[in-house]
Order: sequence, then C-alpha cells, then structure tokens
Amino acid sequence: MSQTAQSQTVSDERVKEMSALRRALIRPELGGLVGTVAVFTFFLLFAFDSGMFSSQGVMNWSTVSAQFMIIAVGACLLMIAGEFDLSVGSMIGFSGMMIAILSVTLGWPVWLAIIVTFAMCIVIGALNGYIVIRTGLPSFIVTLAFLFILRGFTIYLPQTIERKTIISGVRDVAEGDWLAALFGGKILTGFFTWMGQAGLIETFERGTREGQPVVDGIPMLIVWAIILVIFGHILLTRTRFGNWIFASGGDAEAARNSGVPVSRVKILMFMFTAFCACVFATCQVMEFGSAGADRGLLKEFEAIIAVVIGGALLTGGYGSVIGAALGALIFGVVQQGLFFAGVESSLFRVFLGIILLFAVILNTYIRRLITGER
Amino acid sequence: MNTRSIHEPIIRMINIEKHFGSVIALAGVSVDVYPGECHCLLGDNGAGKSTFIKTMSGVHKPTAGEIIFEGKPMHFDDPRDAISAGIATVHQHLAMIPLMSVSRNFFMGNEPLKKIGPLKFFDHDLANQVTMEEMRRMGINLRGPDQAVGTLSGGERQTVAIARAVHFGAKVLILDEPTSALGVRQTANVLATIDKVRKQDIAVVFITHNVRHALAVGDRFTVLNRGQTLGTAQRGQITPEELQDMMAGGQELVALEDSLGGTI
Repeated sequence: MSQTAQSQTVSDERVKEMSALRRALIRPELGGLVGTVAVFTFFLLFAFDSGMFSSQGVMNWSTVSAQFMIIAVGACLLMIAGEFDLSVGSMIGFSGMMIAILSVTLGWPVWLAIIVTFAMCIVIGALNGYIVIRTGLPSFIVTLAFLFILRGFTIYLPQTIERKTIISGVRDVAEGDWLAALFGGKILTGFFTWMGQAGLIETFERGTREGQPVVDGIPMLIVWAIILVIFGHILLTRTRFGNWIFASGGDAEAARNSGVPVSRVKILMFMFTAFCACVFATCQVMEFGSAGADRGLLKEFEAIIAVVIGGALLTGGYGSVIGAALGALIFGVVQQGLFFAGVESSLFRVFLGIILLFAVILNTYIRRLITGER
Repeated sequence: MNTRSIHEPIIRMINIEKHFGSVIALAGVSVDVYPGECHCLLGDNGAGKSTFIKTMSGVHKPTAGEIIFEGKPMHFDDPRDAISAGIATVHQHLAMIPLMSVSRNFFMGNEPLKKIGPLKFFDHDLANQVTMEEMRRMGINLRGPDQAVGTLSGGERQTVAIARAVHFGAKVLILDEPTSALGVRQTANVLATIDKVRKQDIAVVFITHNVRHALAVGDRFTVLNRGQTLGTAQRGQITPEELQDMMAGGQELVALEDSLGGTI
C-alpha cells in the first residue's frame, strides 16, 4: 500500500484523490470504532460513579461483551461468506442441554460429553450448510427450520428424560475435569491476588474471603472471546481462505469461475458458526452449573446485530471481525451500563433498534462509496 | 501473417457436435486457432457461440468430434482441467467481485502464499506489487492495489480480468462478448488490450456479434449460424457487409437493411 506514488505517472483527471476521511470511511471497522468511543465517553461522563468502572463492574460488562463476541465472530465470517445462521440461539440451548444430559443424566465423564456435543454441533452446522448449498434455498429459511427443530429437541429431551426443563448438577460432576476447566475456569488468579494485596484492585473487607480480591481472575469465556476474535481476524485478512470467504460472499458465481471452492467455504463457515455457539454454550453451562431449555433465546439476532454494527454488509462480501468484536463490545457495555446507571432495562431494546437502523443505513452508504454505485 | 502459417494450431476443434436432448446446438463445427492470432467468432444470438466456447473451455463435453490441444487429443472433464491446461475464459459479467480490491480479485483462486513457521499466509506485499505492475503494463493507473474493483469502469474490469488470465499462464484466451456492454472509449481500450495480448503469442478467441469490433482486431473470422460454420475468412478477404450478411443468414437482412437505409 506504500507503492502508490511511483505508479501514478499519468493519472486520470477525473479520478479525484481520496481524502483521508473518505479513505477511513471505507474501512469496515470505522462505525464500530466511533460507536465504541461514543459509548465509553457517554458512560464515563454520566455513570462514572455507578460502580460500572470498578473492577467488578468492568468484569461484569466484559463478560457480557465476551459472550456476544464469541457468537459474533462466527456470525461475522458466515455473513461475509454470504449466508446467515438463525439457528445460533437454539444451537446454544441444544448443546448446553446435550452436555448436561450426557454428563449428569447418563453419567459420562464431562470431557467426553463436551467432545461429543461439539462433534454433534459441528455436524449439524455442516448439515445446515449442505442443505443450503444443495437446494439453493436462502440460508434464512433453512436455518429458521433448524431454529425450531433444535429448540424443540432442547425442550423435549429433558422433559422426557427427567420431567423438567432445567438440568442442574453439572458443576459437581465437572469438578476437577480437565476439559471443563478450559471453559469454566479462570486464569491469572495469582496476578489478581497480588493486585489485591498491593491495593490496586478492590478486596473483600469482611467475611470468609476477607483480603481476597473481589475479581479473582479472568474467566475462560473472555479468553475464548479474545482467541476467537484474533483467529477470525487473521483468517479473514491474512490467509488464502480469507480471500475465498470474501469472494464467496461477494459473488459466488464469479468466485467459482476463478476456481474458488465456494461450496466448501460456505459449509465450513456454517460449521464454524456452530462451533462458536457450542463454545458459548459450554462456557455458560460451566458457569451456571446447569442447562436450561430456554438458554440462548434470541442470541442469533444479537449476534447478527453486533456484526452489522461492526460494519458487515447483510448481503455478504464485506465486513470485519474486529468490527464485529467492537459491535459486541458496544452491545455489552450499553446493556450493562444502562443497568448500572439505573435506567429502565426495557429502554435497552429501544436503543438497540435505533442503533441497528443507523448501522444498516451507514453500511449501505459506505457500500456505495466503495463500489462507486450511485 | 506469413510466419503464422508455419505454426501449428494450438487448438483444433474438429467437427464438433453438441446435442441437448433433441436440440442440435452444434452440427459439426471446425475451427483452428493459432498462437498469436485473434480469432473472431461471430454469430447472432442463438447461433451456438456460447455452446461452442463452453465446449472449448471444458464446461460441455462434445457429443461428437475431436479437440486437439497442442497436437494431442484432449478430453476435459471440467473447466478446471481446461484452466490448468492453459485455456482461460473471461466472462462478460461474471469475472470480478466489485467489493473486493483489485489485488484480491487479481489473485482470487491463485493466492500467493508466504510461510511463517508452519503456517501459510496470503502474501499481500507480493500480490500488491504484481497487481500494480500488471495493471501498469495494461495501461491502467490504479489509485492503489487496495482500490475496490467496483470503482473501475466496465472496460477496466475486462482488462483486469484479461491481465489476470495472461499472468496465470493462459495459452488460449477466450473472451466472451467483452465489448457488448461497453461505451466507445472503453471498447477501444479493451480492443487495445486484445492487441497487446496477441503480441505475447497467446491465442485469442474473441466472441462478438459486432462486426466492427471484430474487424478492428481480428486476424481471422469464423461465422456461426444455426449451429454450423459458414467457413473461416482471413483478414482482408472479407468485407463488413459480407460478414454481417453471413451472421444474419443472408436474405432477410438485405430486405431489412434496405428499409433501414443500410445503418446496421
């Protein structure tokens, strides 16, 4: 990108030099970046004393944002590849329930339950993709069908087996399990203890945990979110496969003509989305110690909203994982921030609707800028 | 022109027939294409041009007839076979992705890789450098390799697609109606590009229904009509009017042309 100068021997007089602003505008992350700055400025000004920026408050909205990020990464790559997955929320409920049934009801070791559940989810993701590719139907319809199919099983299975819709007791069986710790554990606990002793973060002032930090480590949920964002970003921007993702979503026919294996790319992205949903579910089950039939409701839309706020086009072929992560951050900070600020929580939905509308309008405008359409 | 006659044809299509069920799309078409020539394939809509080039590029298998490529009989199972043998097709619309940068488009499906440890990454520096160089050779000045293809004109997009095919080793370049949707100036640019490609000893098969575009760059002309060839003519042996008549099947057009004052 630095060698533009030497090539401009004869320039077309009708091609105006791009202003720095215009150049910045066509970066997909811009909307997310501006939104993040705006949201933080707002809450720093109006809710600084609410406890939102104490160590506990930061951990609170970070965790919520991380949840959104995990499913947003999958939804983002899939949307750039030109498809949707509306079954993400049901997949979260289903995979959480499978882990609980396999480990608690059937008494399998937790690590085996997790691995089998992941395998099942990825196969369902592949099935989603295969049906979309084979039938040529819009992924909207195919995954809508799976939204109901998976949710139906998530309610039916525990009711038939245990006569209830929540299966608890996962925490007890997961005690000491090596794989469960990868989803439910915390890292850097030593560091946080040290920070508590050094007086850098709050500690409990009384009770059995006196002297211990209020926030005692970084949950694996956040670690997963960061790993998935970095992985997704590098995959999309720095690899051959990333170019294929853009191409498949930009124009599947043109991509096929150039030798891009479009079907494989799309099916793999469906599988990756299912994988992300499963990571979300496993972390959630390990955190709560239980699985419920209503878990993950509406998550597919929240993931899509985060991705759109992050600058991706609903029509595919354009977007950014970093943008989607920022969208998820905005989402989490606002949802928890309004809670801290004592605002009626239903207003969050109003905010969400408005910001979604703004994001889509902005993205459409940016698309025109890039493609030179009028 | 004389040097060409001692060359062997790079691709010979001999008595190609193609039937779709009861419909005979091609009824025995023979065409030879030599390296370094621009062979124009003319014909009206429905004449069988598309079927013919799809047979050449491996999309269709001929019902009867033989394809000799570089002296050997060839059987392409799918377009990828043809592409790896060196037969590239540039489609009229389905070639470029507007939202992607020129450099990403240029290397789509052929991304250069650079190894970092055990992992392979898209070598953006190399891709950008090669793209800028190739675009400059074709006479297109980009703002930068990250400029989106959507900001290029139709003619420039065709040129990028042609440059891409040439860069990746095309020996036979099939251009499917590259000028049909373009303005005068852009058409001239694409025709100039065809001329540059021909000079690199690449065989160009130029499909068009515009006689003037064909005569501007063509070395030889084959006219298809209702799935049959009406023969191949050398440059200078045929007039635009004759070509036009052959394409339209003669008689009817004469009457039409009179009523329109000879403007077609």
